[in-house]
Amino acid sequence: MTLIDLANPTKFLALTARVLPWLAGATAILLLVGLYQAAMAPDDYQQGATVKIMFIHVPNAWLSMFVWGVMSLSALGTLVWRHPLADVAAKAAAPIGAAFTFLALVTGSLWGRPMWGTYWEWDARLTSVLILFLMYLGLMALWRAVDDPSRAARAAAVLTLVGALNLPIIKFSVDWWNTLHQPASVMRMGGTSLDKAFLIPLLVMAVGFSLLFVTLHLAAMRNEILRRRVRSLQMMQASQQAA
Amino acid sequence: MSLGPYTSFIVTSYTLVAAVVLLLIVWIAIDYRHQKERLRQLDASGVTRRSGRQATDVR
Repeated sequence: MTLIDLANPTKFLALTARVLPWLAGATAILLLVGLYQAAMAPDDYQQGATVKIMFIHVPNAWLSMFVWGVMSLSALGTLVWRHPLADVAAKAAAPIGAAFTFLALVTGSLWGRPMWGTYWEWDARLTSVLILFLMYLGLMALWRAVDDPSRAARAAAVLTLVGALNLPIIKFSVDWWNTLHQPASVMRMGGTSLDKAFLIPLLVMAVGFSLLFVTLHLAAMRNEILRRRVRSLQMMQASQQAA
Repeated sequence: MSLGPYTSFIVTSYTLVAAVVLLLIVWIAIDYRHQKERLRQLDASGVTRRSGRQATDVR
């Protein structure tokens, strides 16, 4: 099966039906291993046991941006190549990305209270992630507000690409501005500053959450394809009844 | 495993993540059943796809 074949929704449904159980199994195994490693990880010398929040906060924060990146590629697929599954992929990813962003904000807040002494601070990192969350909600509202799917797809694609400008702002906000949020400690010039005792569980959880996203995304894409099939069949039914 | 004085923050974080992930899984599963049911109803009413396949054929 080639990439071109995947442009056909029916072939996509057939492939994902075979792949999804394996993906779900691999996700469950990785997350269970990651949770065990996170539970066994030592306390941080400064943060104590609150460092355990990092193992769920950081993967959710990474995914909040990664999912928007996936949606931006899909937006290009909609606007440039008019790929039939591009808008399906973007629309299916939005609620999942919004959920990851919400979790990044809330777990960050619950980590911040004991470490910074406050649940929230209007600094550049926190505010730019909050804007990302609001953009996810705005996009979801846009898809619901426009009746014609192709018009909704084009409008959502443009908004997604404009919103992608926020991604480098989020990533480099801790370098460009003086923020309460700590600077990058895993993906940074000069290598990671995290000890292996924290880095390994963090990477396992990050891969586990990434696989969780892929699994949920493919399942949500299947639902979206079926929803569009229902819509087109209902329109056929209505035109047959009118004739 | 002792979580010290910040147990409530750590437990709340993990519980919330588990709840939201579970909600996503349940929402997607219910949505799938809902769409399959709508396709079944369209099949029953005699509407067929342009390819001639049944509406419920999701292979």
